[in-house]
Amino acid sequence: MTERDGRPQQSERLLRTVALTKSFGGIRAIDRLDLGVARGELRCLIGPNGAGKSTLFSLIAGIHRADAGRIFFKGEDITRLPPFRRVLRGICLKFQTTRVYRDLSISQNLLVALALRGPERRDGDTAGRLAWALATFGLDRDGDRPARELPHSHQQWLEICLALATDPDLLLLDEPTAGMTPDETALTADFVRRLNGQGTTILVVEHDMTFVRQIARAVTVLHYGRVIAEGPLAAIEANKDVRRIYLGEQ
Amino acid sequence: MKRRWRALRDALNGPQDLGRSPGFWGVFIAATIGLLLYPASGSSFGLSSLVSFLLYVPMALGLGLLWGYGGILSFGQSAFFGIAGYIYGLVAGNLTGTPAGTIVALVAAIAAAALAASIFGYFLFYGQVSGWIIPLLCLVLTLILATFMGQTAGYQWRVGQVLLGGYNGMTNIPSLRAGAIEFGGTSTALYYLVVVVTLLLYLGLRVFVNSRYGHVLVAVRDDPERTRMLGHNVDFIQVQVFALAAALAGLSGVLYASWGNYMNPSTMDLLAATLPVIWTAVGGRRSLLAVVLSTVALRALADSLAVSGSQYAFLVMGALLLATMLFFPGGIIVSVARAWRRPSRTRPGAREAVEPKGKGEVA
Repeated sequence: MTERDGRPQQSERLLRTVALTKSFGGIRAIDRLDLGVARGELRCLIGPNGAGKSTLFSLIAGIHRADAGRIFFKGEDITRLPPFRRVLRGICLKFQTTRVYRDLSISQNLLVALALRGPERRDGDTAGRLAWALATFGLDRDGDRPARELPHSHQQWLEICLALATDPDLLLLDEPTAGMTPDETALTADFVRRLNGQGTTILVVEHDMTFVRQIARAVTVLHYGRVIAEGPLAAIEANKDVRRIYLGEQ
Repeated sequence: MKRRWRALRDALNGPQDLGRSPGFWGVFIAATIGLLLYPASGSSFGLSSLVSFLLYVPMALGLGLLWGYGGILSFGQSAFFGIAGYIYGLVAGNLTGTPAGTIVALVAAIAAAALAASIFGYFLFYGQVSGWIIPLLCLVLTLILATFMGQTAGYQWRVGQVLLGGYNGMTNIPSLRAGAIEFGGTSTALYYLVVVVTLLLYLGLRVFVNSRYGHVLVAVRDDPERTRMLGHNVDFIQVQVFALAAALAGLSGVLYASWGNYMNPSTMDLLAATLPVIWTAVGGRRSLLAVVLSTVALRALADSLAVSGSQYAFLVMGALLLATMLFFPGGIIVSVARAWRRPSRTRPGAREAVEPKGKGEVA
């Protein structure tokens, strides 16, 4: 995966933000934020409510425009690109609240997500990966079933599959396990780890520390729109500041 | 060959419209045969009336596509109807005697409607105009055009040999003509033309809404932001479907001008702007079939009521729209079809998406 361009993994920043800033009204949701994500990483973003995690995702995905600062993806400045062009370059987002097409069936949902790619562009890798994801989540049956009839967890999974259908290099998962049972959370964690193992870079916003412990190798802690700590999970959990402002609250 | 045939059948019978049972197709074929045989027994007045109902079907189908499938309500379809009708009159009137003059006029008229809609739609959708502002701006466009055309009386408002005619309208518009066949107002030829156009459009649009593009269109209606985040250029798709709906309204406009040899500003007044919305809403905007049936039925109803005074007919139309909005928000025909099928439903979940309403939808 990482050898695609013949460069070593760590030196290649897939995503980089420089002094990224976004305010809503008088509140700075993201405050001169610098973040770097290497190709192949699986990283969790944690932080208290209002720390700017979802805002950061919406800036990376292009839903909101940054007030200042730059976003680079694969070395290219994407700060002013519209969202659909970012998807075509390989960024896809799973929204915080589940957003599937409730009135459409499972196969129709997938048809919308796959519609951009003709059969010739859908290489074996992507198709195989999508088929594997659907099978993992039990979404490969009952294709005619409307999405609104699916249990909440299956709707979350379907949305992850929709994102995968766009063949992303960077997958942004905003609270993928919200409302799931412990078993479902474990299945999701296992899936995220294996997807990452196949080469997809993944950023996860998550409140559920059990889930974070199940998947994370690296953790970034946001507070008031800034990075206050970054590192391996164990170091983060031992970090006094982090314990005080975030983990201590649980 | 066999596979292609099956793909076409699947596309025709896909989940995005009502009527997929063998029974439906039986009735459809019977109705088609009935329509094709009608000239053998019907009077020329009956033929001409039927043409005057069917010629509005393309415009209504365009609005069904735009509003029902794309989630964009427009009171502007009659503007594009009017643009195309007038352009057809201008071009055909100036090309009388030229071979294929009316065909050139037909193409120019539909292209003009689509171009006008593309420009107007560009500002609407790339400007991120949304919600109720869109139908209101469309209505404003229509009324401005109607007012403008209304003051074009007098000899100075002349293009080539054709007078625009102000409120009296443009007269002596040539009927469509292909070689030796003239599609005049009461001719059997025009009847067959309109019937064939209606059937082909209906079947073609069924394939269209069941295509990938059709699914993306419905996705834009249900959740534009999610669709954007799956890599679709939502603004461009909205402009495209807006232009397509305008082209269909334009086709109706050309057929109208060819049928009556006449075009006037009242085809773009407030009432004319509202009628397509009523036809589409009352039957059920999320079904092409419902749109076709209710357009023909309501045109026929208005025609029969007009005998007792035209204002009375509009009152009934208004009441129908109100009743639909209150009791059948998805449309009367769609509601009846769903109630009909529910007891004998064999495939759970094979229902259409006919529930109002999507995130990107207005009204």
